[in-house]
Amino acid sequence: MSWITKTFSSSIGRKIIMAVTGLFLCTFLVVHLVGNLQLFKADNGAAFNAYSEFMGHNPLIRTMEIVLVLGFGFHIYEGLVLAAKNRAARGNQRYVSDHIEQNSSWHSRSMALLGSIVLFFLIVHLYNFFGSLRFTDVPRDANGNEDAYALVLAAFKNPFYVLLYVIGQVALLYHLLHGFSSAFQTLGLTHRKYTPAIKFIGYGFSIIVCAAFAAMPVYFFFFK
Amino acid sequence: MFPDSKIPEGPLAEKWDKHKFNVKLVNPANKRKYDVIVVGTGLAGASAAASLAELGYNVKAFTYHDSPRRAHSIAAQGGINAAKNYQNDGDSVYRLFYDTIKGGDYRAREANVYRLAQVSVNIIDQCVAQGVPFAREYGGLLANRSFGGAQVSRTFYARGQTGQQLLLGAYSALSRQVAYGKVKLYTRSEMLDLVVVDGQARGIITRNLITGEIEQHAAHAVVLATGGYGNVFYLSTNAKYCNATAAWRAHKKGAYFANPCFTQIHPTCIPVSGDYQSKLTLMSESLRNDGRVWVPASKETAERLRAGQIRVADIPEDERDYFLERKYPAFGNLVPRDVASRNAKMMCDEGRGVGSSGLAVYLDFADVIKRNGASWVSQKYGNLFDMYAKITGENPYEQPMRIYPAVHYTMGGLWVDYNLQTTIPGLYATGECNFSDHGANRLGASALMQGLADGYFVIPYTIGDYLAQTAPKPVTTDHPAFKEAEAEVNARVKKLMSINGTRTPADFHKALGHIMWEYCGMARTAEGLQHAKREIQKLRKEFWTDLKLSGTDQEMNQMLESAGRVADFLELGELMVDDAYNRNESCGGHFREEYQTPEGEALRDDENYTYVAAWQFVGENQPEILNKEELKFENVKLTQRSYK
Amino acid sequence: MAGSNPNAKPMNLTLKVWRQRNRNTEGRIVDYQVQDISPDMSFLEMLDVLNEDLLRKGEEPVVFDHDCREGICGSCNLFINGRAHGPEPGTTTCQLHMRKFSDGDTITIEPWRSSAFPVNKDLSVDRSAFDRIIQAGGYISVNTGGTPDANEIPVPKEIADRAFEAATCIACGACVASCKNSSAMLFVSAKVSQLALLPQGHVERKSRVENMVAQMDKEGFGACSNIGSCAAECPVGISLENIAILNREFLSAKATSNNLA
Repeated sequence: MSWITKTFSSSIGRKIIMAVTGLFLCTFLVVHLVGNLQLFKADNGAAFNAYSEFMGHNPLIRTMEIVLVLGFGFHIYEGLVLAAKNRAARGNQRYVSDHIEQNSSWHSRSMALLGSIVLFFLIVHLYNFFGSLRFTDVPRDANGNEDAYALVLAAFKNPFYVLLYVIGQVALLYHLLHGFSSAFQTLGLTHRKYTPAIKFIGYGFSIIVCAAFAAMPVYFFFFK
Repeated sequence: MFPDSKIPEGPLAEKWDKHKFNVKLVNPANKRKYDVIVVGTGLAGASAAASLAELGYNVKAFTYHDSPRRAHSIAAQGGINAAKNYQNDGDSVYRLFYDTIKGGDYRAREANVYRLAQVSVNIIDQCVAQGVPFAREYGGLLANRSFGGAQVSRTFYARGQTGQQLLLGAYSALSRQVAYGKVKLYTRSEMLDLVVVDGQARGIITRNLITGEIEQHAAHAVVLATGGYGNVFYLSTNAKYCNATAAWRAHKKGAYFANPCFTQIHPTCIPVSGDYQSKLTLMSESLRNDGRVWVPASKETAERLRAGQIRVADIPEDERDYFLERKYPAFGNLVPRDVASRNAKMMCDEGRGVGSSGLAVYLDFADVIKRNGASWVSQKYGNLFDMYAKITGENPYEQPMRIYPAVHYTMGGLWVDYNLQTTIPGLYATGECNFSDHGANRLGASALMQGLADGYFVIPYTIGDYLAQTAPKPVTTDHPAFKEAEAEVNARVKKLMSINGTRTPADFHKALGHIMWEYCGMARTAEGLQHAKREIQKLRKEFWTDLKLSGTDQEMNQMLESAGRVADFLELGELMVDDAYNRNESCGGHFREEYQTPEGEALRDDENYTYVAAWQFVGENQPEILNKEELKFENVKLTQRSYK
Repeated sequence: MAGSNPNAKPMNLTLKVWRQRNRNTEGRIVDYQVQDISPDMSFLEMLDVLNEDLLRKGEEPVVFDHDCREGICGSCNLFINGRAHGPEPGTTTCQLHMRKFSDGDTITIEPWRSSAFPVNKDLSVDRSAFDRIIQAGGYISVNTGGTPDANEIPVPKEIADRAFEAATCIACGACVASCKNSSAMLFVSAKVSQLALLPQGHVERKSRVENMVAQMDKEGFGACSNIGSCAAECPVGISLENIAILNREFLSAKATSNNLA
């Protein structure tokens, strides 16, 4: 085994992968959110469709898409490996009486569960939009762009999707509330001066991003 | 004829250097052909094991703990002395030597103590290089404090956890040698006997505390670093497992036991709260710098206080007796440990003790809190106050602490010569296990110094002198002496398991502790000691006919472990009583009521007792033979202490 | 006899204690009753009472590790009512006192549970994995003698204090016991940061962290997921900051050391 594989198969190495991919996925969230905010523009989806068209065909974006898939892939794979290893480390005999809730927060202990919910959401989400846009013929709008807006409109009239999307965002919120600052801790990026700020930004980031994403299905369901 | 103490000739300051030159050296290529057993992994043991392994010897290190780092050295709070004179306040090797000799009430060897003071400076260098995080000044240099009434600031410390940090330093050095394969570590292994082959120490017998297996281990030399025997009193500041078994077994195999009656009682401990009490907790004596010690002036007030009819706050100032300030106006609350302890006992004997048991005196911080504020006190003593509150459930900021003396350290131990070799060739004793450096009383912050001096800087030289005269041939456990010793240990274990009586090891241990504390504790009398001797003999008989154990010896059995240790304490206790009876004087930690000044102070008899009492075992239930090593003082003048 | 507080009433308690013959057998919870427990007793003294009772009845006492009983040796290690060292923060089992409990309480007592800490018997576990991690590099390689004068290496007070705080770890294993991942990161990080902070430790800084982490993984401890249970339950208050330092040391060592293995 070379030093690289050894480094990244160690417990800390795996955590570093989690942290780096996690933070990378946070940047993806920002890009994704900024684009999607155009859904709220009162132009019947013209701007959103243009943006969607651009995202679907720009070579740089298409390249980054591969990186993004890798980011997700590593984050999910390492997350599952770590969860399994950590479970094994505890051993077969569990505590008869365990009050871990008295010394730590529920969401910090439930990253694998929250991550799994987010993953389920992600699969449905990809099926709803990415799949349709990439692999089927979608009608075009007045500007000749694929009418992604119509897909959104249709999907978010379905109360089950709306509910699932909101749950997905709540899970993501709790995942990020721990994950954001945890990534900095894992990378050793802590300092008495700056760590409180990182924690604050992490909370703000998680709440704003997840609330904004959750607002979209709700908005379309009730107001469109 | 007393064995030669091997003190080198020449001026005091040159003895050690000369001796280092005169000892024989083992050829570097031959060192790996010698095996050394080190029993105990506290400061003295871990430092010796690591240093010997670094030199190239093959070391086997034994501890009954699950890890070497658990040894009781870890609990030392105050600090470690060294004659560095970093504070430019007049310290020197000679001053540290002088203070230690005087503090020991002139019952220690000059040459040993001088060497201790000499190597003290190397200890600090060594520990800092290992990464021991001593307290520092803002400029980055090491901080010092004055400790235990010393007039210079020579104590190095790591907050209130100096013992822990020093032990972890020695443990890290030991761990490094384990990683190199030069030390083989045996944890949860208790030494139950010494193996002597042709008059030379050649191995030990151990019991594996997990499996119960009895094992034989051979080596060219054996170092005992097994600590003190304070737990003979049942209640002491020692850890629960601290015991005398290794040293006592060695004694019964021929090693003399020196000055067993010299025990140190520490004045500032948290008092006993009930019969269930399992150990006593020490609080740093630095508390006496600002706390005032008192009891109610009258017995009646004390009685009403104990019955809960009045509260402390109800006692007016003029009904409080600040007895140390009253009796010792010059030193006040800062009198030495033995004086403070004895006076607390006197107050309680007069019926003026406090707490529900009546066995406590107050240590009051009200004045200093009024003067400097609670936050000042908290900054200086916060951790001690917290500890007190945790244990007693009382808030020492609001009501005075209750304190009482407790057994803390034993100055006596296996007799060793200048090389730290016992009277059995090839058997060495280091640290609290030996008797060598503290005389009749140990100064604060000197125990850590001695443990590390012995392990890092003395034994690595002196053991070579012995090994160089031993053929570098492999030693094995083939000799019949090993089988014999193993059979003895086995028989003893089986015997303990088979008595099937009614009383537990703790029952006997508590009973012994009670006898020792009453008659061989802070104040002793000839009559009391004779009574104690009879009581111990009686108790010992009962032990061997009425002990109750359960389970088997082929598994983890903590009661069996305890029973073996109590059995040895029951023998050692009697020797302590004999020694105290023999020593018709008061000195240091040994106070005989018959020998005191009209003011009630200790009265030494330098003419007749300036000697080390080294006891020789001759056979079961036979009186031990007293051997006397005369102490010669060529450099210091013997004076009587006065704290008036 | 109650000690400091004449009004303290003795308590009767039900104990649910983990009993296990040795590491190869199954264990189970056994119920015991203890009577007349003084609130001034320490938790271990309460267990002493139970054990004396059991022995008198000819039964086998409960094995548990303990020694100094003043919170510094790190021997005691009981999981009490679902918490490492019990309910009182910043306290080892031996310093936990019965006044924290009430008459009639049921108390569940278990050993540390981690695959790296196999049970010896009853409540005693084997923590030698910690020793092996230290042996892998938790030291500064200096032989006895030949060291420079102690004041030749000035250390800023703030750094010395932080190193000291990390160095106060007592290796009790509460961090591992309370971590849902059985991670030993708090223990390892305490030693790594102590020696990384001090200038004396810089020489072997890279190899130390590489070797100690490799040994930690080999022992079967889990990975840290920054939950914080360890620091919350640590009786001596070792901070999570140390884990960040460990991560940093590891990353920079792996990125820059010449070690290709």
